Amino acid sequence: MAKHVIAPLRDFPAGTRRLVDVRGRAIVVFNVNGEFFALANRCPHQGGSLVQGRLVGLIESSEPGCYRYSRRGEIIRCPWHGWEFDLRTGKSWCEPDRVRARQFAVSVTPGAKVVEGPYVAETFPVRIEDDYVVIEA
Amino acid sequence: MSAAWSLIDCDVHANVPGMQALLPYLDEQWRGSVLDRGLNSLESISYPPNAPLTARADWRGKAGEPPNTLDMLRSHALDRWHIDVAICNCLYGVQLLFSEDMAAAFAKALNDWLAAEWLDRDARLRGSIVVPMQNTDYAVAEIERCAPDRRFVQILVLAMGEAPLGRREYWPIFAAAERHDLPVGIHAGSSFRHAVTSLGWPSWYAEDYCANAQGFQAQVASLVCEGVFAKYPKLKVVLLESGVTWLPAFLWRLTKFWRGVRAEVPWVDRPPWEIVRDQLRLTLQPFDGPDEPDAVAKLVDQLQSDDMLLFASDFPHWQFDGDAIMPAGIPQKLHGKIKRDNALATYPRLAATAA
Repeated sequence: MAKHVIAPLRDFPAGTRRLVDVRGRAIVVFNVNGEFFALANRCPHQGGSLVQGRLVGLIESSEPGCYRYSRRGEIIRCPWHGWEFDLRTGKSWCEPDRVRARQFAVSVTPGAKVVEGPYVAETFPVRIEDDYVVIEA
Repeated sequence: MSAAWSLIDCDVHANVPGMQALLPYLDEQWRGSVLDRGLNSLESISYPPNAPLTARADWRGKAGEPPNTLDMLRSHALDRWHIDVAICNCLYGVQLLFSEDMAAAFAKALNDWLAAEWLDRDARLRGSIVVPMQNTDYAVAEIERCAPDRRFVQILVLAMGEAPLGRREYWPIFAAAERHDLPVGIHAGSSFRHAVTSLGWPSWYAEDYCANAQGFQAQVASLVCEGVFAKYPKLKVVLLESGVTWLPAFLWRLTKFWRGVRAEVPWVDRPPWEIVRDQLRLTLQPFDGPDEPDAVAKLVDQLQSDDMLLFASDFPHWQFDGDAIMPAGIPQKLHGKIKRDNALATYPRLAATAA
């Protein structure tokens, strides 16, 4: 797997998402409160574009009428049929063992390391003093 | 569990011959009300006396009357098929009344009539507690009143009432059911508060009877989605005279949509199919399957459970001919479960007294 530099960190603030093309593969990358997550931009159910989905929290219940909302912004709902996928695992909520979205590793890497390489696909100048969002795909 | 019982019939009907029969079991003021109002009957239009469904032709009396006596139940069903235990479900229309007080009074009379005129007279018989769903407090009170008599093994409600059964206003009834080891039996029929189809009133009897399947589907969805099964995990619900083969298709649909909108009902934390397999049961008649035995076997296999079907003759309703009490094509390996084991696993009060 090659490492692809997809954006300077300062251009990819928390609460935003990007659809990137990595060697022909559409990958959606999310910045959730400074943590990065990347999934194939294709819902494993019917192929919906996950980048267009709504990020929600995990809704659970101990009994009817009680709602427990946690992990705000860590679940992506497919815009087509509403299936929920956990950004941390890629697993669907309803069929976790059978249906999961393909995950990719994302990290924030200092410019000094990026300059050393091997990194591919950067379309912007890399500066040693900046950090970069890097995806392995 | 004992091998001595070999056939448990989970749906036979003890029919009230007329209002006169209930008079001795009504309190004084309600007896007067029956006379003042000229109430002769609480029959609904669900089972008109002359409808073919209402009674098998070979079971009717000389004047064509439905076989409504205990002797007829014995000779046509209990003795003939060697039924060891039969659960009597009364379909007298107390659910139709608009007065909550009156409904409670008639439900009480009906249950007392069943105990005295049927259960006391044949040790093979068990009963379902008819409850006045017009008022949840009254319904619970009737359950509490009847529950000490362990011959009452179930609570009986109709498929189509005032509101979907999963609504929280009804939850005290499910709590009482679980507390007293009483499954809730939902029987075909309507209190006719609403049209029997979601489209409005149909014109003909066949439409009305078939519409019950829609009612049952809506009740299953309500019980699952409102969280009754989650709240009362020991509760069993038995669909009576519901038909069987519509269930898999309906549950595929419900489960499919649950996957997308489950966050609305987070207490439904596993697929509806699984919940239903654990807590819902269905009686065998009317078996709404094709004539080909192989196709029947396939449909039964779609339930993906050997535990869900309970034998029922639905006496005296005309659901089959002769002695064909098991529909052709039901796999032989299921016969023992359907005829006995599944009922014992569903009705704790039967299991506790199993001979």
